[in-house]
Amino acid sequence: MKTLKDLFRDYRFAISFCILVVLLIFASLSFFSPYDPTFWGTVPRDLEPSWTYLLGTNSKGQDIFWQATFAVRNSLIIALIAASLSRVVAVLVGMVAGYKGGFTGTVLMFISDVFLVIPLFLVIVMLAMLVREKMTLITLGLLLAIFGWAWDARIIRSQILSLREREFTQTAVLSGTGTVPLVLKEYMPFTTPLVFSTLINNMSWVIGLEITLAYLGLVNLEIPTLGTMLQWAISYQAVLLGYWWWILTPIILSILLFVALYWLSVSISEYLDPRTRIQRVGA
Amino acid sequence: MTFIRGYLIPRLVQYILVIFIGLTVVFIIPRLTPSDPVRRTIAQLRSMGSYLEPATMNSFIEDLNEMYGLEGSMLEQYGAFWVRLFHGDFGVSFFQFPTPVNKLIKTALPWTLSLLLLTTIISWTVGNIIGGLAGYYSRSRWSRVLDTITMVIRPLPYYIFSFGLLLLLAYVFEIFPVSGGTDIGRRIEFNLPFILDVLKHAFLPALSLVILGTAAWFQTMKLVVQNVNAENFVQYAKLGGVKQGRLVSRYVIRNAMLPQITVLALQLGQIFSGALITEIVFSYPGLGLLLYNAILTGDYNLIMGITALSIVAITTAILIIDLLYPFFDPRIRYS
Amino acid sequence: MGNPVLRTEQLKAFYVLDIHGDQKIVKAVNEVNLEIQNNEVYGIAGESGCGKTTLLKALYGAIEPPLRLIGGKVSYFVDGEELEISSLNSEQKRQLRWEFVSYVPQGAMSVFNPVIKLKETFWDFIDSHVAGKTRQEAFDIATGQLRYLGLPIELLDAYPHQLSGGRKQRIAIALAALLSPRIIICDEPTTALDVVVQRGVVQLLKEIQGKLKNSIILVTHDMGVQANVADRIGIMYAGKIVEEASTETIFASSLHPYTRYLINSLPRFGDKATRESAPGNPPSLSDLPDGCPFHVRCPYALDICKSQMPPTIEVDSSHKVACWLIQEGDDGKAS
Repeated sequence: MKTLKDLFRDYRFAISFCILVVLLIFASLSFFSPYDPTFWGTVPRDLEPSWTYLLGTNSKGQDIFWQATFAVRNSLIIALIAASLSRVVAVLVGMVAGYKGGFTGTVLMFISDVFLVIPLFLVIVMLAMLVREKMTLITLGLLLAIFGWAWDARIIRSQILSLREREFTQTAVLSGTGTVPLVLKEYMPFTTPLVFSTLINNMSWVIGLEITLAYLGLVNLEIPTLGTMLQWAISYQAVLLGYWWWILTPIILSILLFVALYWLSVSISEYLDPRTRIQRVGA
Repeated sequence: MTFIRGYLIPRLVQYILVIFIGLTVVFIIPRLTPSDPVRRTIAQLRSMGSYLEPATMNSFIEDLNEMYGLEGSMLEQYGAFWVRLFHGDFGVSFFQFPTPVNKLIKTALPWTLSLLLLTTIISWTVGNIIGGLAGYYSRSRWSRVLDTITMVIRPLPYYIFSFGLLLLLAYVFEIFPVSGGTDIGRRIEFNLPFILDVLKHAFLPALSLVILGTAAWFQTMKLVVQNVNAENFVQYAKLGGVKQGRLVSRYVIRNAMLPQITVLALQLGQIFSGALITEIVFSYPGLGLLLYNAILTGDYNLIMGITALSIVAITTAILIIDLLYPFFDPRIRYS
Repeated sequence: MGNPVLRTEQLKAFYVLDIHGDQKIVKAVNEVNLEIQNNEVYGIAGESGCGKTTLLKALYGAIEPPLRLIGGKVSYFVDGEELEISSLNSEQKRQLRWEFVSYVPQGAMSVFNPVIKLKETFWDFIDSHVAGKTRQEAFDIATGQLRYLGLPIELLDAYPHQLSGGRKQRIAIALAALLSPRIIICDEPTTALDVVVQRGVVQLLKEIQGKLKNSIILVTHDMGVQANVADRIGIMYAGKIVEEASTETIFASSLHPYTRYLINSLPRFGDKATRESAPGNPPSLSDLPDGCPFHVRCPYALDICKSQMPPTIEVDSSHKVACWLIQEGDDGKAS
């Protein structure tokens, strides 16, 4: 539709969109993988990239190309789960705090401030240590969801606050619209794009966190993700042994992912922000 | 004064509440684990081949319980927890048994503190100034080039960026040492060779933090300045023919700094976590490395100690920033 | 007619907006001819959205994208020499600002830098134009100015947010007159102020003009203020000056139907509750009708009004009007 066409004018959106599409296709290839990613020794070890093994093989005897497809897929799944759940919380908190205001609003904002101020990384580490043995994709997603909502709740709340002052709110209230339908029907068109952009941002954060936790050994290392791939490479001394294809694959894939997600969210939020919009009105 | 009531008191109250809640969380989490750390310690000792007579074993268990703060009911533990906290006693480390946790922390703290303070100040100042100029001259080419560069750097998490830097500058081009705070075996004295050695080792982690930090501040400042530029008072000063240099410094950047101070306060937690992660990648002997070892060995006391300290330190830093803010913004000072 | 200080010829300034490939042109100033004499107050009157502010920007030489000078010229008469604005570089323009021509913008509530005291703003303005003054000397000049104009000098030691709108407006006017410019341009100086304060502002303007014997260009839709202060008035509609005459002539024997409506709407033009204002709304400047832009709302519209723009006719040496109802050589049609 027209919005999409407008967005594509921004080179950042265009590039990131294409990269993400490519990565998604790459991830979906995992469904066609000839190897089970958790098995070791399915192929000869430590081979450089070739036409048979596109990205080479690692010291555990696994084909890196197919491992990577699973890695991207799983990382994206974790990110999606965590980011979606925390969106729900962020939207609820932000909307209630913004619309109700008053004491409820202050309390909610205080709670989210607590989440902002405390060094969450350490708390996540503590929690991860607890669940270590039973960590699955879903558990990890849940864990990271608990902490990703605070900043975005604030952003959503400010938007609701400004929407509340607008005329159409008064009209709706005076014509008897209840609170919930008002918020859902009238505000959604404004809030949804904002929520979407924070979703993308959050996904990026989650993937970064997953990689970091993997490095600390706090996730289930059997499940192939970008983080665990990297971690295995490091613990097998891939750098010292010069198996650059093993180390670089997860690094490059994740850099692509981060940059693409970030460019996507920035271009969308700049598109939405009326102030930056005016700047694009050129001379 | 309304200032004290309207500004100071709410912040102090918030400060105390946040510390209280944060530390309570620190208390609760380890106690959520189904496995008893004491039994685990014993199991681990046993698996290493030690054997104790039952009587000694019991007193040993008692001692362990006391060291882990697990004596008595939950409420009693909670009370003991707070008492110990006020004495700065975080118990005994398991990773380096039987060194008390706060001794380990004391050794690591100066490394982290110096790294953090230095890099945060540099990246905040430099990032804001360059970002401010880029925001003002936003149509110039250098501004757009810098913008694109930061767009690639900023989204990278601390871990990936630090690791990449490590690969590049320590392995591929062997310019810098791979790990540690000083060369092995060097004694800690305050003479020139020592300081140079420290700098050589600290350079990479510092570089990593400064680049990432500057990129982030650059971007946010650029956006802020673009908004400030549109403000009435900037337009008015232009109409008044105020000289460019003064306009940019006193009208644009000076005002754009204000929200950046607030953002600094809000981001402090993230910046701190990022510093720890960077330390881990470079094996820099600060709190980060300590944390890493604590995780590896399952040393709960140490982790709790680090977390508790971090919560208090960060909230205090934020409070200090909040208290300093009125000095920069007269609207808060006299309202 | 003697001693001009500013002249425009066929001035055309449009906003050229490029919104996602669609171009939108806003004809804010559409062939305006003005000649401002020394020692007079020239009022520009009209409803909101007629292009008054854009005209002021063009007169001040503050044309910036997306506003573009499409045609015509603006000239200043500085020390007997005619200078066309477009021939000046930005530094020359900057120097003329405040010393030859100064500006009192709309909404002086937010034009002052919020983080510095008002006296510092004075210092910035002085220092950017007058060489070699120390801060103290500048403050003395500022206090001298306020005393001269009968304003309390304590205002200088305040921060902008501590003062009321009316006070800030008067400070803005005092600042505009500081370097004794030949022209002072005022954009809606009395809007958003209550009646009592308005009176003070108007008094101040009159006092300044009386003392400096310079020219003031005063834009306001408030015909009451125009009647009080202006020597000559230009009525602006949809980017054009449709009538221009001395104040007495405008009020007693104006010819253009729009002028009549403006006058009949006293004392509160623009107030939505007034039923005297002209029916309908001013046209959108990006979508102007053919012919005379007023014909849509004009009760006397002739056929020719709908298709052709009326030329400007000199009814006598000081009275010009652009309306098909007035023919060359005629005395015009009485309404």
